[in-house]
Amino acid sequence: MGEPTTAARSAVGRLAWWGPYGALVGSRLRAQLAYRRSFVLDMLGSVGVGLIEFAEIYVIFSSVSALGGLDFAAMVLMFGFANVAFSLADLLVGHVDRIPFYLRTGTLDAFLLRPLPVLAQLVTSDVQLRRIGRTLLALVLLVIALVVNPITLTPGTVALLVLTPIAGTAIFSGLFVCAAGLQFWLIEGSEMANAFTYGSSYAAQFPTSIFTLPMRLLFTFVVPAAFTAYLPTLALLGLDGPAGTPAWLGWLTPVAAIGIWAVAMLAWRGGLRHYTGAGS
Amino acid sequence: MSAPLTEQIVHARGLTRDFVVRSGGLRRTKRVVHAVVDLDMDIASGEAVGYIGANGAGKSTTIKMLTGILSPTSGEVTTCGMHPQRERRALAREIGVVFGQRSQLWWDLPLRESYRVLAAIHQLGTDHRHRLEELIEALDLSSFLDTAVRQLSLGQRIRGEIAAALLHSPRLLILDEPTIGLDVLSKERLRGFLVAERRQHGTTLLLTTHDMDDVQRLTDRIVVVDHGRVAYSGDLPGLVQRVGADRVIVVDLEEPTPPLAGIAGTRLLGTEADGLRQRLAFGTSTSAASVLTAVSARASIRDLTIEEPDIEDVVRRLYASQQLD
Repeated sequence: MGEPTTAARSAVGRLAWWGPYGALVGSRLRAQLAYRRSFVLDMLGSVGVGLIEFAEIYVIFSSVSALGGLDFAAMVLMFGFANVAFSLADLLVGHVDRIPFYLRTGTLDAFLLRPLPVLAQLVTSDVQLRRIGRTLLALVLLVIALVVNPITLTPGTVALLVLTPIAGTAIFSGLFVCAAGLQFWLIEGSEMANAFTYGSSYAAQFPTSIFTLPMRLLFTFVVPAAFTAYLPTLALLGLDGPAGTPAWLGWLTPVAAIGIWAVAMLAWRGGLRHYTGAGS
Repeated sequence: MSAPLTEQIVHARGLTRDFVVRSGGLRRTKRVVHAVVDLDMDIASGEAVGYIGANGAGKSTTIKMLTGILSPTSGEVTTCGMHPQRERRALAREIGVVFGQRSQLWWDLPLRESYRVLAAIHQLGTDHRHRLEELIEALDLSSFLDTAVRQLSLGQRIRGEIAAALLHSPRLLILDEPTIGLDVLSKERLRGFLVAERRQHGTTLLLTTHDMDDVQRLTDRIVVVDHGRVAYSGDLPGLVQRVGADRVIVVDLEEPTPPLAGIAGTRLLGTEADGLRQRLAFGTSTSAASVLTAVSARASIRDLTIEEPDIEDVVRRLYASQQLD
């Protein structure tokens, strides 16, 4: 009596790894949607932030016709890539760099007392759905950019169009996790962590070619912000990259994502070990 | 998975934890604080142990090492037969922990929803519903199950937290100051629940508290910790005897009586209402019966109560006696 059937049990078995996270994310979303009006206002605010950042680029192009070798249409494409990736990363994992807050409230101890990996709990504990406003705005801009730019749709360019936002989201998420790991050491270092995450998002919205060579290399190979938008834009439009960062790098966004996640996992594990005192 | 009755739930040897405290300013200094020093602790399955000590004596640090939140600087510990840090996730299924001062629930979720999420986290399956019904009944949660946690009173929240810690039927329940800030009635209800829960399920209990009644009602044995070291391990009467803490007899008399001074083995603490109520302290070498006999020889007694020594006082005396050694 009350025994689940074999079929049901095997279905549960297949979904078992996701079950706890599904419940966590689901409960978060329900809590955020409980107050409809405030959710809508928050979401409009998120659209507003995206609009202001876009206005900045619009204003620049009212006095110049090209920036770093890109015209306005190409800039919109780049802005779309950068913003879809960043806003999705911000929505999914943007809260993980609030480690000092989680330490102060004892939330991290509560995570350590549950039978799930701490980072997975942290990621699923506070998904911010309201940030989808900025993602939607960025998607609209991206679609407009696809129409106004001279892009020939081949299997290659379509693959690049699909891959770039996904890998870009992974890159920004990795940067957030890096920042989270660092904050175990820098308890008062949220400004530094913000410079890392929000700073790289800002840098990603501009062609890396406008920076000096050292900065360009920094934002390409150390903090791989250029991979999220600038380099794929060059590859899509068939433009040449500046010295040191050729356009074909635009195809390597997934590689950059894997690289930053390797660093992120080291930073996270190191940070957590530092907190629990398991030797650092 | 049957285990022998005498199975060790906690086994710690030489458990030590240091913290490096850096103080800021221009001349930065490093100072090592010894939070827990060379601590041995054994708790057998089914035991109830009170873990007592002043604030900062090392209680929370010990609990964090037992549960895998912190790793020891040196020494070793196994909890439920597991290495707390290496097997943290497996251990989490065997223990339930409540920190009275910090919530482990979701502040913006109703309790009912919190339990649903916790059941999913522990992958409890449908049979947890029976357990949940049992806890809702025993802790009287039904009237506020649909209220968001942030709107609960302290007493309601603590009951909710304890149900959350017990939902997955852990073998070891750790309660850090569970009754702090509760009114007398809530405290008594909570104690009643814990006694019944342990009788029914045999859950091992480790409890930190400042409340003497908690210790008396809930624990078989106490461990007193001072500056990270075990200062006493044994039962409560043994501790009271060792430090010679005084009990207090309060007598209500039929008629106003002059102060009951000079009764052998007692010390008059005070009189109230023209001597209608008088308070006498007496040590462990004097029996309550002999005090009573001496008092009734001088006045007729209407009512009496005996107050056990205050835990803070006992611990203070223990600390003081150790400094003399």
